[in-house]
Amino acid sequence: MKKNKYLATLSNGLLAENPTFVQLIGMCPTLAVTTTLQNGVTMGIAATLVLVASNVVISLLRKFIPDKIRIAAYIVIIAGFVSIIEMLLNAFLPALAESLGIFIPLIVVNCIILARAEAFASKNTVTLSALDGLGMGLGFTCALSIVSAIREILGAGTIWGINVLGNASPMTMFILPPGGFIILGLVIGMIQLIVSVSKKRKGGDA
Amino acid sequence: MADKKFVVSLSPHISTAENTKTIMLDVIIALIPALIAGWFYFGIRALAVVGTSVISCVLAEYVYQWFYIGFKIKNEKKTTMKDALSRAKSKTTIGDLSAAVTGLLLAYNLPVTIPYPMVIIGSVFAIIIVKQLFGGIGHNFVNPALAARAFMLASWPVAMTSFVSPVMSFSNYVNRINVTTSATPLSLLKEGFESAAAPSLYDAFLGRIGGCIGETATVLILIGGIYLMVRRVIDARIPLAYIGSFALLVFFFGSHPYNINFVMYHLCTGGLMLGAFFMATDYVTTPTTKAGHIIFGIGCGILTFVIRRFGGYPEGVSYSILLMNVVTPLIDKYVHPRKFGEVSKRG
Repeated sequence: MKKNKYLATLSNGLLAENPTFVQLIGMCPTLAVTTTLQNGVTMGIAATLVLVASNVVISLLRKFIPDKIRIAAYIVIIAGFVSIIEMLLNAFLPALAESLGIFIPLIVVNCIILARAEAFASKNTVTLSALDGLGMGLGFTCALSIVSAIREILGAGTIWGINVLGNASPMTMFILPPGGFIILGLVIGMIQLIVSVSKKRKGGDA
Repeated sequence: MADKKFVVSLSPHISTAENTKTIMLDVIIALIPALIAGWFYFGIRALAVVGTSVISCVLAEYVYQWFYIGFKIKNEKKTTMKDALSRAKSKTTIGDLSAAVTGLLLAYNLPVTIPYPMVIIGSVFAIIIVKQLFGGIGHNFVNPALAARAFMLASWPVAMTSFVSPVMSFSNYVNRINVTTSATPLSLLKEGFESAAAPSLYDAFLGRIGGCIGETATVLILIGGIYLMVRRVIDARIPLAYIGSFALLVFFFGSHPYNINFVMYHLCTGGLMLGAFFMATDYVTTPTTKAGHIIFGIGCGILTFVIRRFGGYPEGVSYSILLMNVVTPLIDKYVHPRKFGEVSKRG
């Protein structure tokens, strides 16, 4: 029973409450950085690290943070971890840090991280909060990877920088903003369709 | 569950022989002269591009609707997929010819040298993404052909803007070998009106200028537009308001003000005529009221002028119509037709 609770918390962010496909939060990085798979995966991992770390710290401090200034306190904690990630990226992956640009510092105001701090970490134990952060972060990373892989293949003809379309000229629009909206909308639609069909099938069997 | 034996609809209950199919057929008839001009000026490949576009639009609509209706029947009647698909076959909407019109209009907006795969992708985008995913005919919020053109222009800017000069002699019009690329008159206008390379106004009126397949022959598009107005398929207000407001703006505020020749040149080149008569008059994406039509037309005229005069692109017809398509719900919200028996408040 207890084991199930931890597993449910972890998988919650991956499927049932996927931050991008189901909750539709954190749309700004989802649309802006998913031009290449590499960007998408890096962004997802960076956000996951911040999410786990901030969830743990906020959960540890949940009894000490006064209710009235909790948002400000969360932002300070999150900003601290984002600064660490930003410095690490600049030191070890300067090219990637450059291509992600402003969106790394903007993780501070990412809805997903603040939402999990407010909705989960401030009310739950440290272990559960860490698992929740990990699940949500992985869900976010998966979503970014799917969207950015499709956009990179269609829009640039490459995947992880490797040419896959040969000489065919790629559809540049898909790495431009309108293509981001179209692909995100189509992927969300597909996932809703699959979920509703599989639900119906389960219902029919029972 | 109950079968639809009685059709319940709003008054007035006037019976008419007109339906989507007859209207679309009229549009196709009105588009034929410009197609012949495209063939004549740009060679047999123009016909092939138009054919590819029409066939892929109709096929895309057919395949999508076949599966969509098939799934619906399967869920409602609880039959097998195979049975549902065979029942769905006869229920698709390709018979109303709207997909064919979209294909025609899309091809008219493409340069003759465009590679065929791009035409097919553009057609599929127009039908599936812009039209069917929003609910099919009557539910698309922008004109599918124009949206597909904008998509193709953003995706393949080079292929979409390499125009060739029209063939002048009969000897090589069947099989073009000596293809010379040329700038469109509008991009020449951007550089300077009295450019030596600019063709004469007479050539522009007849369509002997570089450009997309179906947009150059101003006179033949006008004939098609007048046919549609005489048949009362389109409302004259949109094209007149569009062309009129655009002409006035160019006359007073263009780069060569008070020059009637310059205004005529602007009217006869680019996609203005094709857009004003065939795309800005689409029923689904334009306001429903007469006053709304005039606002829509003037809005298109102002946007086209702003893009051509100040924008980075030489041509702005497609973007201005798309933008006004998006504004249409707003116009419909604020412009109400007068109710029967309504008295003006100032009395």
